Amino acid sequence: MLSDKIKHEIEHEAAMFERRSGACIDALRIVQRERGWVDDQSVKDVAALLEMTPDEVDSVATFYNLILRRPVGRHVIRICTSVSCWLMGLEPMLAHLEKTLGIGLGQTTADGRFTLIPNQCLGTCDHAPAFMIDDDLHRDLDPEKLDAILANYK
Amino acid sequence: MATIYIDNAPYEVKDGQNLLQACLSLGFNVPYFCWHPALQSVGACRQCAVKQYRDEKDTAGKIVMACMTPATDGTRITIDDAESRAFRAQVIEWLMTNHPHDCPVCDEGGECHLQDMTIMSGHTYREYRFTKRTYNNQNLGPFINHEMNRCIQCYRCVRFYRDYANGGDLAPFASHNHVFFGRHEDGVLESEFSGNLVEVCPTGVFTDKSFKQHFTRPWDLQSAPSVCVHCGLGCNVTPSERYGALRRIRNRYNGEVNGYFLCDRGRYGYEFVNGAGRVRQPLARCKDTGELAPVPKDEALALARAPQGAAIGIGSPRASLESNFALRQLVGADRFFMGVPKRGHQLLSSMISLLRGGPARVPSLREVGEADAVFVLGEDLTNTAPLMALQVYQAQYRAVLPEAEKAGIPAWNDAPVRELLQDKRGFLALATPAETKMDVFAATKCHAAPDEIARLGFAVAHALNAAAPAPEGLAADVAALAAGIAEALRAAKRPLIISGPSCGSEAIVLAAANVASALCAAGLDAALSFVVPECNSIGLALMDAGSLDDAMQAAEGGVDTLIILENDLYRRADRASVDRLLGAAKNVVVLDHTLHATAQKAAVVLPAATFAEGDGSLVNNEGRAQRFIQVMPPQEAIQESWRWCGELLGKPWKNLDVLLAQLGAVLPGFAELAKLAPPADARFGGQRLPRQPHRYSGRTAMQAHLSVHEPQIPNDPDSAFTFSMEGFRGAVPAAVVPSYYAPGWNSVQGLNKFQEEVGGPMRGGDPGVRLIAAAQGARAEFRGAPPAAQATRGAERLIVSLPHVFGSEELSALSGPVAERAPQPYLAVNEADAAAMALSQGDVVELSVGNAQAVLPVEVRASLAPGLVGVPAGIAGIPAVQLPGWGTITKRTEG
Ligand code: SF4
Ligand code: SF4
Ligand code: FES
Ligand code: FES
Repeated sequence: MLSDKIKHEIEHEAAMFERRSGACIDALRIVQRERGWVDDQSVKDVAALLEMTPDEVDSVATFYNLILRRPVGRHVIRICTSVSCWLMGLEPMLAHLEKTLGIGLGQTTADGRFTLIPNQCLGTCDHAPAFMIDDDLHRDLDPEKLDAILANYK
Repeated sequence: MATIYIDNAPYEVKDGQNLLQACLSLGFNVPYFCWHPALQSVGACRQCAVKQYRDEKDTAGKIVMACMTPATDGTRITIDDAESRAFRAQVIEWLMTNHPHDCPVCDEGGECHLQDMTIMSGHTYREYRFTKRTYNNQNLGPFINHEMNRCIQCYRCVRFYRDYANGGDLAPFASHNHVFFGRHEDGVLESEFSGNLVEVCPTGVFTDKSFKQHFTRPWDLQSAPSVCVHCGLGCNVTPSERYGALRRIRNRYNGEVNGYFLCDRGRYGYEFVNGAGRVRQPLARCKDTGELAPVPKDEALALARAPQGAAIGIGSPRASLESNFALRQLVGADRFFMGVPKRGHQLLSSMISLLRGGPARVPSLREVGEADAVFVLGEDLTNTAPLMALQVYQAQYRAVLPEAEKAGIPAWNDAPVRELLQDKRGFLALATPAETKMDVFAATKCHAAPDEIARLGFAVAHALNAAAPAPEGLAADVAALAAGIAEALRAAKRPLIISGPSCGSEAIVLAAANVASALCAAGLDAALSFVVPECNSIGLALMDAGSLDDAMQAAEGGVDTLIILENDLYRRADRASVDRLLGAAKNVVVLDHTLHATAQKAAVVLPAATFAEGDGSLVNNEGRAQRFIQVMPPQEAIQESWRWCGELLGKPWKNLDVLLAQLGAVLPGFAELAKLAPPADARFGGQRLPRQPHRYSGRTAMQAHLSVHEPQIPNDPDSAFTFSMEGFRGAVPAAVVPSYYAPGWNSVQGLNKFQEEVGGPMRGGDPGVRLIAAAQGARAEFRGAPPAAQATRGAERLIVSLPHVFGSEELSALSGPVAERAPQPYLAVNEADAAAMALSQGDVVELSVGNAQAVLPVEVRASLAPGLVGVPAGIAGIPAVQLPGWGTITKRTEG
């Protein structure tokens, strides 16, 4: 079940659209902010709240790669795997991450601390290679800087 | 008209079309995927590329998508230049990178649009060597098989399911090269139109699950033109057979009736033909055991004829005109009865006279889709006439299309049109006893008891025209509702009023006719359409015979022989009355294909052909007579009921044409029936018409385990068809087009080649002949009197029957996949009534209605009109009494 707080926020968004379904993306974003990801039950709850079918909500949820439909760790690393970052040294960085975290792309560490997912261009090619951890953008990376950055995310 | 130039040659095309439509209608082959004549263009697949030139001097040209380019006057294109061809070949190569190339194990293989287009586009060599994306498939219920790896992302499925059929539970998921089409989780596809995905999807993603249970290669199927027998709309179907079993039903296009689509009852109801309950040999009651046992045909006929006295014949609204007529000839017109109880009988005759009386038009199903405001009284269309519901959805869409045209968007440009219109819809008002699936799309809905629905109807008619009788003592809110509906209807140009017999109320039907008349009197082009319960309800009613009650009366005091034609009387009337009727006859003869409760009581049962094994004609709700043609030779002793009647009469008709000639002579209203299809002796290029495609395989091997000699082709005395792959393959009348093959077009899309223009009528005219015509220009008359407000009767409740698309119809309910979707018996009450009766969900109650009882679990339904109790129509376990009727409900106490 969605918490009253989430429902209240979604209602607030829904009121701003001509049709309640217009608030679908916001609703998913709100759920994800509170829970880290969007589970199947939340898809159904959001659908009921916005007068949509679960299929419609899930159609939107799965379209956007920033909406997560599987459980993730406490911190989500979105590493840019697009061309500029790749040219500027993605591969050693990724190798380092995979080695230190012991996980590959799309996986979560056993202690639930990090999830590593690829992202196509973070829009900061002039500072490639880059990744985001949660809402923070980290740029001009090289493998040596990584451990210190990761240490900030417990 | 516009003139377009293709390779510098001028062609006349209709205004307002896109280039793809125009080219296909002209007979050119342009490959396409996402465009569909009923779903229009979205430009998603990029397969229909052609080259367009600015003017005569332009030699460079540019590639455009034919489906997204208007065919305006002076448009110059080429279809076959090297660059367009290379473009198209490359598009399909991309689409195919992720396709599994699993044709040999794909049910679509051999009639696959993707195969056809791959060949047409010239992608003949596969160079992609890498990993393909794969998906998990879903279990989508008993109708549809899912194999997502074959998807080419044309979006047709969701555009049909969601945009066209208003379904909610199919969607595209994810993005770029891993888009998935399915449900958010495994489960039954809820739309009653889901089966159309099989034909809409151009690949093998969505295929027919019932066909899969007894799959055979599509080119090995034997088919003939036929008509659906599962409701009164008469959708055209193509059933197919192999090895004596009916394998599947596909849509058969009739521009005036069902167009491109069928409902799932019609598509999956066919398994009763292969059912375990079939009668294949004459049966007679054994003297020693008292059981029905097979007897030789002559013996059965002799038993059926004795005693020699006068017989009473009971016909059937689910049997062909020919069979009903043959029985009428056998027993005599005054001893032939309709096999429909009094109330239904009366409703049918009043509906026919109202349709005939005019001045409202009687719309074909296509015309239903062109209404710009719709008012439905007393019918839950998705459950009683599914395709009409689908057409009402189209009417609602088309009603607002002019807004798009005003905005400069051509109607065929589907995505921007829908973007603009959002959920704007044409006016729809519904008045039904309980909530229907269409409610969410209606501007006005009201759930009320039958008399209240009639009163609302009368009030609307009165609001439109003061000369129409007004109900007395109308509540203020109902009066306001009526005024609102009247206003919306009056604002329309082509309003449509739909009603029918589901509420068992003549007042509702009269009210509907009054509304239509009032609209005509106001100068509108109004139409009136009635739903009817069975595939030949109207045809039988046009024969003008007495009701089942009349038959019961006539049999009172004894009758020698009672002959019952394709009718399970235990579904029509309560057990006691039917027992009495059967008991009154010395000899009970049943002609039917299935051993139902009535047949089990008979002294003699003669095995009748189903629609698949015989020929005959049916008349649908608009009065359109249509022919169904034998698909497969009947096995064992099975033959059409009209043949049995002929033999019982001692004067068998040589063939259908001979019978039709006599029918036309005796009942001149049916003289046109002979025109429904070419006669049996018609030859085309000196040949008969083949039921089997030219690729039919195994002809010499199929029976080799029995005999090494190729079996003789069974004789077909009744149609111009032959049970063979040999015969005439060319232009024939639409009524005898067995399938849509054209060179290069093996899938259903080959239909384009058989239509006058894509999406238009079949070449030479759509099949069927209208037997009912509304009196054009008749003066608007108002009939009937509004009933008083729905009375209450102390502890008694009004029991109404609630129709179910799956389960309520007798024959389709015998089909496994449909039976899986049928509801369990229940007794529905709304919340307030449940509280008043101290009932809660799942309680077990005893229902007593008429002189029948049933024990049922309670279902609390918020949407049921107050005071009513609903039971599912036609479901085993629900007494077959005339509903609505007053009954009592007693809660069962434990033990
Ligand atoms: S499932 Fe079929 S209809 Fe749907 S997008 Fe894929 S190929 Fe097209
Ligand atoms: S709408 Fe009626 S006639 Fe048409 S396919 Fe369905 S059951 Fe058959
Ligand atoms: S490619 Fe990595 S930020 Fe643009
Ligand atoms: S048919 Fe034209 S783009 Fe698909």
